[in-house]
Amino acid sequence: MRALRNMLVRPALAVAMAAGLFTAGAQAAEEHIRLPEQHWHSSGMFGSPDLASAQRGYQVYREVCAACHGMKQLAFRDLTGLGLTEAQAKALAAAVTVPLGVNDQGEPKEGPGLLSSRFPAPWPNETAARARYNGAVPPDLSVMVKAREDGQNYVYALMTGYGDPPAGVKMGDGMNYNKYFPGHQIAMPPPLSDGRIEYADGTKATVDQMARDVTEFLTWAANPEMVERKRIGIRVILFLMLMTIVTYVVKRRVWADVH
Amino acid sequence: MAGMNKSEFPNPVVNWIDSRLPIFTMMQKEYGTFPTPRNFNYFWNFGALAMVTLMVMIVTGIFLAMNYQPNVDLAFDSVQRIRRDVNYGWLIQYIHMNGASMFFIVTYIHIFRGLYYGSYKTPRELLWMLGVVILLLMMATAFMGYVLPWGQMSYWGATVITNLFSALPVVGKHIVTLLWGGFSVDQPTLNRFFSLHYLLPFVLIGVVFLHIAALHIVGSNNPLGIDVKGPQDTLPFHPYYTIKDSVGLCVFFIVWAFFVFFAPDYLGDPANYIPANPLQTPPEIVPEWYFLPFYAILRSVPDKLLGVLMMFGAILVLFVLPWLDTSPVRSAKFRPIYKWLFWLFAVNCIVLGMCGAHKPEGIWVVLGRLSTAYYFIHFLLILPILGKLERPKPLPESISKAVLGGAH
Repeated sequence: MRALRNMLVRPALAVAMAAGLFTAGAQAAEEHIRLPEQHWHSSGMFGSPDLASAQRGYQVYREVCAACHGMKQLAFRDLTGLGLTEAQAKALAAAVTVPLGVNDQGEPKEGPGLLSSRFPAPWPNETAARARYNGAVPPDLSVMVKAREDGQNYVYALMTGYGDPPAGVKMGDGMNYNKYFPGHQIAMPPPLSDGRIEYADGTKATVDQMARDVTEFLTWAANPEMVERKRIGIRVILFLMLMTIVTYVVKRRVWADVH
Repeated sequence: MAGMNKSEFPNPVVNWIDSRLPIFTMMQKEYGTFPTPRNFNYFWNFGALAMVTLMVMIVTGIFLAMNYQPNVDLAFDSVQRIRRDVNYGWLIQYIHMNGASMFFIVTYIHIFRGLYYGSYKTPRELLWMLGVVILLLMMATAFMGYVLPWGQMSYWGATVITNLFSALPVVGKHIVTLLWGGFSVDQPTLNRFFSLHYLLPFVLIGVVFLHIAALHIVGSNNPLGIDVKGPQDTLPFHPYYTIKDSVGLCVFFIVWAFFVFFAPDYLGDPANYIPANPLQTPPEIVPEWYFLPFYAILRSVPDKLLGVLMMFGAILVLFVLPWLDTSPVRSAKFRPIYKWLFWLFAVNCIVLGMCGAHKPEGIWVVLGRLSTAYYFIHFLLILPILGKLERPKPLPESISKAVLGGAH
């Protein structure tokens, strides 16, 4: 890959650098990191997100992650897919302030969110985020489990992989050690700690529990269509299997006289 | 001479139309009674499967284009919007996205079937060459389609591939500027790629039409690779092959549906779920699986221009394949050595694909170079010589004799 990049990408990068646009993205270390395999409720042909867990995960997102990470692809109305009632979704929307266009005088207007409102952005723009977070932009989480290799196990591992750096590892300024992050140096401080939030359903909020729940939530958020998709899929495949048998039988009969 | 076509359809409306524009007569001739060798195996399904896939891609693509936004700020989100907010948008988008892979699977099998049974040999050279044009058009279309979601791999894949043209002397830089519509992959690039991605499939239909027209002039090859001697060797296309193709189609749809409904992202790259960022190169830039063998050839050559030429050469060599293979025998069934070399070539292509998927380090560099060399040796050295040296097995007298054991 390096040879290719030297050959092909370098001219493009040279142009970008010349224009003064290039800010070096931290190159991931070339080491292969093994993610511990977890059991996920949504795996397999019949699996679907564990909604109770995903709802708790939404609480983790709202109370912890949302301070820095947006989820701009999601609207509050989508929460009915998470098992909330419309009234609950409405109440959650109303609890946040969102821009609502302009008033009669043409001045920007804000107000409580509606069902149609998207999840609020944690910062007004990328530059503001960089200024606030030591140069890094916290990525949007809407499709995070799809955007990483083995996404579910990755998110869980990342949430539980914080610790002290091994002896001899020099950490960058403001960086945190994480076993499972490529390069092991991550700008995000450990987001979870035991008892950091109080679950509405009384579940004990351990780091492991919260990591699991937030992964279930992000799995649902990235695949809100999953339940319907798999349900239709089973029927489609059963139908096609039946059609295969029918056409094969017809084929045998049509061909019977020429063999 | 002008005059009405003599049509004898029982339905008066059909007859009225047909006597003025004999499309029903044509369909009857080309897809109804069309004499087809009676000994096709299921590998002869794949042309029809590719045709159906093209149709599905065009139909799903038209609906996607109604909701997609070819704008660098909106493209990524508009694909998500299609998945989340458009009625059954997720279904249409997943069918289209996985359909690209399915299209290449069936087309590659179709091509390898042609290689095994010698379908490129006289009188089917032009038919084969039109097929290679179809492959090239498919590749261009798939590449541009992959850019549209404007993820990291879309952006950087487009950057890498368009940059390839800069290796050409004199005109290279100008071609790249034209492709980009500017000085980097940006809004104008996305706009023109969207336009061309919509256009090329219709060009594809035109070439497919010529491919089928040529096929219907010279007739299909068959697993024995011998010519049709008379009506005892053929069956009418309908119902014999319409039903046989239907069986294959059902099985093919099961495979496609499995990916769409249960593993929609399996064949894709996770990095394409990260919005394009011109300021950050992903740790690895890997094309979609169907380009990997060609990507491996590109990377195996230390010189950029030569690498580009060899990558394109790997496809262009197929154009002259009918003249490189000097054996008069078509089917590998009767070519005891070619039969093995065919499989060796197929394995070599898979090895090339694996090399394309791995970082060129250690063993993969060596393996990539060896398999690249072998790819060309197969076409340029082995096939011309083998045809002269190999002693083919005796060919059967006729298709009907071979299939029916002389009962007819």
